[in-house]
Amino acid sequence: MTPPTAFSSSAVAPPPATTAPSVPRCPRVDPGGPLLLGVRHHGPGSARGVRAVLEAERPAAVLIEGPAEADALVELAADPDMRPPVALLAHAVDDPGRAAFWPMAEFSPEWVAIRWALDRGAAVRFFDLPAAHTLAADPTWDDGEEGVAGDGARIDPVAELAGAAGYEDAERWWEDVVELRGDGDPAAPFRALAEAMGALREAYGHGGHPRDLVREAYMRLRLRAARKEFGDSVAVVCGAWHVPALTLRTTVAADRALLKGLPKVRTGTTWVPWTHRRLARRSGYGAGIDAPGWYAHLFTAPDRPVERWMTEVAGLLRAEDHPVSPAHVIEAVRLAGTLAALRGRPRPGLDETTDAVRAVLCEGSDAPLALVRDRLVVGDVLGAVPEGAPAVPLQRDLTRRQRSLRLRPEAQDRELALDLRKETDADRSRLLHRLRLLGVHWGAPAPGRAGTGTFRETWRLRWEPELHVRVAEAGVWGTTVEAAATARAEARAVAATTLTDITALAEDCLLAGLAGALPGVMRALADRAALDTDVTHLARALPALARALRYGDVRGTGTAALGEVAAGLAERICVGLPPACAGLDAGAAAPLRERIEEVHQALGLLPDVGGTRERWTGVLHRLATHDRVPGLLRGRAARLLLDEGRIPDDGAALLMGRALSPGARPPDAAAWIEGFAGAASGGGLLLVHDERLRGLVDAWLASVPAEAFTDVLPLLRRTFAAYEPGVRRALGELAARGPGASAPGVPGFAPDPDRERADAVLPLLHLVLGTEVPA
Amino acid sequence: MPVPETIAKPGDGAETDTAPDRPQTSAEVLRPHAEHAFAAELAALAAADDRPRPARWRLSPWAVATYLLGGTLPDGTVITPKYVGPRRIVEVAVTTLATDRALLLLGVPGTAKTWVSEHLAAAVSGDSTLLVQGTAGTPEEAIRYGWNYARLLAHGPDREALVPSPVMRAMTRGATVRVEELTRIPADVQDTLITILSEKTLPVPELGEEVQAVPGFNLVATANDRDRGVNELSSALRRRFNTVVLPLPATPEDEVAIVARRVEQLGRSLELPVPPDGAAEIRRVVTVFRELRDGVTADGRTKVKSPSGTLSTAEAISVVTGGLALAAHFGDGVLRPADVAAGLLGAVVRDPAADRIVWQEYLETVVRERDGWKDLYRACREVSA
Repeated sequence: MTPPTAFSSSAVAPPPATTAPSVPRCPRVDPGGPLLLGVRHHGPGSARGVRAVLEAERPAAVLIEGPAEADALVELAADPDMRPPVALLAHAVDDPGRAAFWPMAEFSPEWVAIRWALDRGAAVRFFDLPAAHTLAADPTWDDGEEGVAGDGARIDPVAELAGAAGYEDAERWWEDVVELRGDGDPAAPFRALAEAMGALREAYGHGGHPRDLVREAYMRLRLRAARKEFGDSVAVVCGAWHVPALTLRTTVAADRALLKGLPKVRTGTTWVPWTHRRLARRSGYGAGIDAPGWYAHLFTAPDRPVERWMTEVAGLLRAEDHPVSPAHVIEAVRLAGTLAALRGRPRPGLDETTDAVRAVLCEGSDAPLALVRDRLVVGDVLGAVPEGAPAVPLQRDLTRRQRSLRLRPEAQDRELALDLRKETDADRSRLLHRLRLLGVHWGAPAPGRAGTGTFRETWRLRWEPELHVRVAEAGVWGTTVEAAATARAEARAVAATTLTDITALAEDCLLAGLAGALPGVMRALADRAALDTDVTHLARALPALARALRYGDVRGTGTAALGEVAAGLAERICVGLPPACAGLDAGAAAPLRERIEEVHQALGLLPDVGGTRERWTGVLHRLATHDRVPGLLRGRAARLLLDEGRIPDDGAALLMGRALSPGARPPDAAAWIEGFAGAASGGGLLLVHDERLRGLVDAWLASVPAEAFTDVLPLLRRTFAAYEPGVRRALGELAARGPGASAPGVPGFAPDPDRERADAVLPLLHLVLGTEVPA
Repeated sequence: MPVPETIAKPGDGAETDTAPDRPQTSAEVLRPHAEHAFAAELAALAAADDRPRPARWRLSPWAVATYLLGGTLPDGTVITPKYVGPRRIVEVAVTTLATDRALLLLGVPGTAKTWVSEHLAAAVSGDSTLLVQGTAGTPEEAIRYGWNYARLLAHGPDREALVPSPVMRAMTRGATVRVEELTRIPADVQDTLITILSEKTLPVPELGEEVQAVPGFNLVATANDRDRGVNELSSALRRRFNTVVLPLPATPEDEVAIVARRVEQLGRSLELPVPPDGAAEIRRVVTVFRELRDGVTADGRTKVKSPSGTLSTAEAISVVTGGLALAAHFGDGVLRPADVAAGLLGAVVRDPAADRIVWQEYLETVVRERDGWKDLYRACREVSA
């Protein structure tokens, strides 16, 4: 076999060769001046380069791109409890919703520089524009030079350079020229990149980032100050994009002029824990790195990154019961290497390793590959910050809300009754529900004293000291209670495994007034419902939805989406229920009867969209008439239809006659009676009043053969014993009298009303109804 | 690499089998082999190819990938694309062969598995005729070797009496052998491949000898991964393959085009008139197939359950062809929803209990709501009822 590199093409322009690789020549502000290390945020290759250059040059101070206010927080980075990924968080004190994050992973050049400086006793300064200005200007200010909040004019410098080198994929170009170059002169990429960026800046100016000019003016001022303090022994770690601007010859006055009159807000800064998943997210505050786990691996692996990676993948797959042998790993490594050669890349990148994992370790299947992507390529890593870090904005937001709603956090138990028709009480209820969603169990719902009305709620409040910790943990989700609860609910909806979990979550969202989370939750609910093959799950989920719809009405939350999902759910139940009911034994039929009843009730609460009720009636008809459906369910369906007036009385008699005909097995017939006239279904009053039905039951009972009677007896006993005593007695009397004897009406009543005695009730009735007594 | 002691060498098999010398031209046969049909392209690629070639490869891996994916050579020769699909897949397939690993092409019917394997063999070895067609009745002799019984009886067991299989011939020649429909071959016969793939030798105990593969030998197998009633590969065999799954057409447009083209060809040979407005109905059938297969509606907003059947492009073609036949012979010659409804039902509902629910849910939650699909909904309801 030919060595892999033999296939490599000349498309990759190697960075300019160095004369003496042992002495890194770095870009500098001016000859002998401060080092300029232009990096790509979160690039492990850049990080490795930064570490090597710092180690070689040993500057006395390191300037890092980040809000100037964060200088005070640098010491915390040395705390043993501090574990990346973490983010620097700056937020407006009066409006915690205005916040900006500077995420840093273990492999971020910024983080590497901070840790190096702290370990070696060098000074660290953040030298970007203070957050006080950036937050005042625009709450959604983002740090990314990748320009995630893209209005079309912004250029992506990496993409520009990749395009110039003939690459379609910017990530791939970057991997080829920077990340995958393991050895050689660590300063070479900085030089090449600085030159390239210089050319780009000449061509594009600020490239659609007009605020960069202001930021860079500030950076230059801070750099001058640092030089005054530390001389030329200063290193700058910032986005490569800014490097050319730092070598510009400008005057202090010109830079000051640019900074004049910038708006300003009061800000707080702190460290918050971050996760790899959030680094991978393209929107919001994510850093838009597709493969943080892979990058971390590249950064931490001492050697043989591909071999080590494949071993890790194999370990993961084995843990998940996919048999993977060392021979597999060997073949995967070979395939990745040869694939890289075929594609003309210096070393296997993520694409090649993924292709090799798919073809060899996953045997072509995408399911285990998704696992690899989720657990390793992105990764489950969660950062941590020490306890001494300043309070998160979520805590401030909570404190503000507690004050405005006059809910003091107290250590002792306190019961709080809320009337949701009042604005303040409704707000309090929402706050408590949101906190519960965030895992801050300050209040627990208590059984209300005021009965079951939907506009009352009772809470038991108790503030435990560890709830502060919970709030700090929840800070990862957002900077205000509402935003954090919304984000948390959405994440939970995605992760939920059962349908009932999601419906319960939807209910919680409505209670918490999180309209923003509802679309995401509803989407998850609809998806899960579409794929759930067990109709009982769907039937279990529907009542909660119907309840939620009703709450929504009480609290004035928008519930249109909910109604749609509920209608879809009902549709699926209508399709799936009849086959699910066929051929069941008595044990399986009982729980299904409950489901049918719940669905029936829930559908009564739902608005009738697109003829759902008509369909449901059709389903009940099918259940009532289908021979393979167990008697219990047939009887129940017939009774529900009768109660709704969907079948005429003689229709019920027809169904009963059929169910109790001699051909039917006696136990099945007895179950039919239980379903039709059991106490759970509204009791035997029906039998008391409808002589024809009673006659049918009577005739059937009389015709049950003696040997079958002992089988049927317990069932019948259960049915009739559950009736109220009065009903039982009336039935007994009627049965004793025999068929036809009670023709005129109900026992104990005269055939005609007694007008005189009825009139006597009228005044009281009028009093109750508040109407005038007619003269 | 030592020259192996081969059994077929002194015999007549190896000499008469030098495939490229065969005097067949494309004019004489109904369907010429890939290496004949595209001989000019292969020659141009070989001439332009200055990259290193693995032992006994006719082209470098790069040139093989170019042959399959198409491109333009420096001298202006245009290489037509043989496979339209993700580049990644072809690259992984070619690289697999270059690393001495056997290649398993998986996919549902109609994803060009055989086509790709034929062209791979043609480009790598210049010969796509070393082929084992897998069936339920494929015997061990088709993979190992058989005997010329007349000779065996007359002279006793010797090399001359041995009839080599395509696999054995490929081993001695250092060529690529293809095994079609690997999963249709009975499991015990499949397992014969294990020693060949891992040890690269084929023992002949009757003669007390063995055949050792020379560099360049490799094997491309194709299999249908969602078909019922196949012989699942043993994990021992599976481990010896790198697996590449050939995907279904990526976009609805591609699939509609494929279906329309095939339907027209089939219709011509069956002498069915192709109605002028059939395209709209084809698009709907393809949409139904894609949505059920992918488990999500075309707009990506609603998930749906997937039935147990394959729902391959090939089946979509047969649904439309069946509908055309209905329309031509029993209808008014226009392809109407009612003509395809029965075919759709038959293609989707393979398992009478579970699939019926899937189909009805799909009808009620997707088809019913869709603008302009009312007629299809009604037709399907009528058929399903």
